Amino acid sequence: MKLFEKKIHIGVDYEIAFTHISARKTQTFVVSLAVAIGIAAFIFLNSLVIGFNRSSDESFFKVMPHIRIFMDDKISMPLLQDDTDQYTSVIVNPKITNNSKKLINPEKIAEQLKSKEYVLTAAPWLNINLFYNNGISQLNGSSSGVNILEANTLFDIKSTMVEGDMNQLLSTPNGIILGVGIAENLNIRLNDNISIVSSLGIIKVMKVVGFFKTSNSVVDKTKSYINLSIAQQLMAQGPDYLTDIYIKIKNPNDAPKYISDLETLSGYNAESWQTANESAQATKKTRAVMMGSISFIILIVAAFTIYNIINMTVKQKLHDIAILKAQGFASKSVVKIFISEALIIGILGTIGGMMLGAFLIKILSKVYIGGDIGYFPIQVEPKIMLMGLFVGLLVTLIAGYIPARGAAKVDPISIFRN
Amino acid sequence: MKTILKTENITKFFYSPVEFKALNNIAFEVQQGEFLSIIGKSGCGKSTLLYMLSTMDTEYEGRIYLDEQLLTGLKQDKLARLRNSSIGFVFQFHYLLPEFSCLKNIMIPALKLGKYSREEIEFRAYEKLKLLELEEQALKPASKLSGGQQQRIAIARALINEPKIIMCDEPTGNLDSKNSKIVLDIFKQISKDFNQTIITVTHDIDFAKASDRVIEMQDGEIINQNLKF
Ligand SMILES: Nc1ncnc2c1ncn2[C@@H]1O[C@H](COP(=O)(O)OP(=O)(O)O)[C@@H](O)[C@H]1O
Ligand SMILES: [Mg+2]
Repeated sequence: MKLFEKKIHIGVDYEIAFTHISARKTQTFVVSLAVAIGIAAFIFLNSLVIGFNRSSDESFFKVMPHIRIFMDDKISMPLLQDDTDQYTSVIVNPKITNNSKKLINPEKIAEQLKSKEYVLTAAPWLNINLFYNNGISQLNGSSSGVNILEANTLFDIKSTMVEGDMNQLLSTPNGIILGVGIAENLNIRLNDNISIVSSLGIIKVMKVVGFFKTSNSVVDKTKSYINLSIAQQLMAQGPDYLTDIYIKIKNPNDAPKYISDLETLSGYNAESWQTANESAQATKKTRAVMMGSISFIILIVAAFTIYNIINMTVKQKLHDIAILKAQGFASKSVVKIFISEALIIGILGTIGGMMLGAFLIKILSKVYIGGDIGYFPIQVEPKIMLMGLFVGLLVTLIAGYIPARGAAKVDPISIFRN
Repeated sequence: MKTILKTENITKFFYSPVEFKALNNIAFEVQQGEFLSIIGKSGCGKSTLLYMLSTMDTEYEGRIYLDEQLLTGLKQDKLARLRNSSIGFVFQFHYLLPEFSCLKNIMIPALKLGKYSREEIEFRAYEKLKLLELEEQALKPASKLSGGQQQRIAIARALINEPKIIMCDEPTGNLDSKNSKIVLDIFKQISKDFNQTIITVTHDIDFAKASDRVIEMQDGEIINQNLKF
């Protein structure tokens, strides 16, 4: 019985709110539209930020791992170290020491790293600089000595292959997979031979087993993959020699958390992609702040339109509020009436805004930019949609509550006296 | 006879623009079913008193009892519920909600009370409309009626929850003599037939003459508890 009573109470407050709103349809529509535009802008701009960030991360992850284990450069120390302040070191020749990049017993380290539950892949890596020669043509570039299967789990090389078979590198010790840009510039076809020269002057003749094409034309013009053992030979080193271990983890955003753990485990330096890609991180922040403040301002404007119409309604309805209170409507009923009016407008506007936002995103995602970007990097983000809904309702509640509270404070006597 | 309303030494001060004693030691009783008029010169404190009796003004000294319950000191929400269930109002102006039909205007206090189902409330609202000979106007918007009709709708609204007391502040102040007579007849009828109590502030001598008892006020005090004409 009590429950039933309560239900009817809610009913009449809503009914009054609804009648007020439907008595002014045009105004409701205009204000809802303003809210819709605000929410659409919020959703659109924030989806844009996510889209851009994702596309820049993706293009970064095509060439760089989530975490890289390496030996940092060491600066040579004075030969005569003195612990007192009395003498100055006499033999000082600070420079990068030789052999500094070598990792000792890398296979074992890689195994240990793989045993961590958050590590998906730990791939031994040997990056070298070299020249590609074909006849008299010569190109400067770099090559990664890898186990191609492990490299594939990191960078999905298979999907970038345009000709040849990635797996052939396994059966062809002196095989090489070239970026398409190199092939074009040196006029090389599949199964041709190409000679490469390392910085130590060691020459190897390689067999081209495939071509890849990434969205980054610089990579395509310089980069190749070879077997790890060939890379070690090019550096005149034994099977222990590596420059890096590339690590892929489950959640890239967690990379910084694992750095110290990985450093202790491996005994070498570890670097997260966030650190390696600092400038992009700064760009991301700038983008977030910029779009964030624009959408914030738009939301404020939307909130203000709601505030304004509810405030105006309250001002026009002072007599109604007074008589309702005289008839026994408590303050919280009055608040409920005007909050409901705000909510009707806000819900209409928010849902309209979500649809409008999704529509804009769909249109823009069909726009082809070309170059390294391809299609405009934006898509409907469920998370942002939900945030739009949440923000829309929150803004409505705040913008409605202020005038609604004012209405609840109306003193009926002062209205009746006039 | 049963005392439905009782005041003990009501004193009221206003503090702005200057300190001013609007009511001084008001003490009186009202019996159930009584049709009581309060008269007095403009500014003597009649409305101020009525706002207190009706629980809308809670800032006063003294005590007020409604049907033996002490109203003084009750919380606002509780007072709102009491107003809803036990007190009906008629003002000089009708204060109908313009977007609603006459029927809805009458139903709203009952919907708030929630004692009956919606169908039952609608039925009761029609009964009140019949009593006031307005059933043809039921579905018209309140703003489309004449002044006299609007005031009768306001009376029907005051009656819908069958309150113990109906309080009126110059209910015929805006009406011509014909409409005033209709309103007066209704009041006489409801106090006789339904044993409901009516307290009305009025300037209308005919109105005062027709009531069971007349209280006369002057400068914030009751100078006569039972004025005879
Ligand atoms: N809110 C107020 N502030 C100050 N003085 C008031 C206020 N309301 C009423 N008064 C004064 O109290 C006195 C009684 O007013 P009121 O009760 O309205 O008189 P009546 O209804 O008998 O004409 C008047 O002198 C009026 O000016
Ligand atoms: Mg008055």
